Amino acid sequence: MNAFIRADKVCKTFATRDGSPTLAVDHVDLHIDGAEFVSLLGPSGCGKSTLLSLVAGLIQPSSGGVEVGGAQVKAPYTNVGIVFQSDLLLDWRTVLGNVLVQFEMRGEDPRPHEARARQLIASVGLAGFESKYPWELSGGMRQRVSICRALIHEPPLLLMDEPFGALDALTREQMQVDLQRIWQSSRKTVIFVTHSISEAVFLSDRVVVMTPRPGKIREVMRIDLPRPRAIDVRDTPEFAAYVRHINKLFQEMGVIH
Amino acid sequence: MSTASNERLKSFLWSTGSFLLIFVVWDLGVRAFKVPAYLLPSPLAVFVAIIEHWRTLGIHTLWTTGTILAGFLAAIVVAVPLAMLIVVSPTLGRLIYPPMVATQAIPKIALAPLFIVWFGFGLMPKVAVAFLIAFFPIVIDTIVGLRNIDPGMIQLARSMGAPPHRVFLRLRLPNALPMIFGGLKVASALAVVGALTGEFVGSDKGLGYVLLQASGNLNTTLLFATLVVLSVVAMIFFYAVELIERILIPWHVSQRAHPS
Repeated sequence: MNAFIRADKVCKTFATRDGSPTLAVDHVDLHIDGAEFVSLLGPSGCGKSTLLSLVAGLIQPSSGGVEVGGAQVKAPYTNVGIVFQSDLLLDWRTVLGNVLVQFEMRGEDPRPHEARARQLIASVGLAGFESKYPWELSGGMRQRVSICRALIHEPPLLLMDEPFGALDALTREQMQVDLQRIWQSSRKTVIFVTHSISEAVFLSDRVVVMTPRPGKIREVMRIDLPRPRAIDVRDTPEFAAYVRHINKLFQEMGVIH
Repeated sequence: MSTASNERLKSFLWSTGSFLLIFVVWDLGVRAFKVPAYLLPSPLAVFVAIIEHWRTLGIHTLWTTGTILAGFLAAIVVAVPLAMLIVVSPTLGRLIYPPMVATQAIPKIALAPLFIVWFGFGLMPKVAVAFLIAFFPIVIDTIVGLRNIDPGMIQLARSMGAPPHRVFLRLRLPNALPMIFGGLKVASALAVVGALTGEFVGSDKGLGYVLLQASGNLNTTLLFATLVVLSVVAMIFFYAVELIERILIPWHVSQRAHPS
């Protein structure tokens, strides 16, 4: 069976400030099926965000290739929704306007999509906030708006780069539960970059553990926990075993001492 | 009554109060030390002089205001597109930027005599000085504003398939407005300086001319009256720009809370 996303022997080298090249991603082979939830887990600077940008076509690999939906990614892949750690909302637009910007940037008339945008905003618990401005919202609410913006055009692929990294612990847990619900109802392929082990295990079908720079795949783990997972799945011995195993990997790599 | 308008009223009362205080201290000081009027007239005398000379002051105020406005508007019309060009095309930027900075290295007052040779004694040389002095902060702030965008935002726009012109018009430009208005406010004050400088160097009209006349005749009261009128013009001008800013970018952090 053909995977939805195929990265084959992907390498990415960057020129550093002093001119010497740095290898950020080193021969990564990764196949991801449609509707799969995959986390890229690794320490800061391990190239997981670079890998995400390669899949998005925002940067091109130095060698190797990335395919999405059977086609080589040669330019920014537009059939996608992206969520970054920073919500990147436009201060001069309302919540609704920030969601609909997705269509405007594509040169489409946003008006036919307004009703659906309102539904989507309500579905993430922001009913009544449609005409508020970003600076009137909390960090968690802002990130919900940015998730709505990534979903409104119904892309098959959702790329998330530490989307909950800037949120407080309680908000973060709630966002994880909500994201799982959104993913289960929409069946999108999700690539989720994080450096939180429990977040990766909680959300993912598979966790891709990466080494420190240069980023290689250390191990790909399948997480066999039944869905939908409730927050207290973290208290189960199975969950603890996964976390313990990943911890052990990071210790072996010298990431955790 | 909303707290916002309450705040605004309070801030108005405070500024009125502070001006009143200055006038009272000024008046008492002049009386107490018996300062002669040719050195420092009392505020009341200045006020009377404004009323007395209102026709002269009015005509010359109109003349100077026209100069300021023309120089300021010309500066906007040239500076903003130029800044856009510099940001959009790095090659063009490298070509334009150094000579542009060089024009600012020359003291503008030193150019005023040259402008008189070029443009004569009419409105033109004064507008040229006002333009030249107001132009620079607008270019610089517009460039900074247009460049100052989160690189993630640009990546996001690319993933939405947005062409460069759309990124520029929908993201960079609105994002730059607060900075552009910062430049406009500085420029609005500098345009007044430019107009006055132009009038000092050679003019038979405008408040700069009235100032020189009053100074030559040791008419200190008229001199002060002109200064007061000039300050009022400059302040109205500054607040007009701020009002436009408030209307255009109500979303910006600088507009959310009004410092009292």
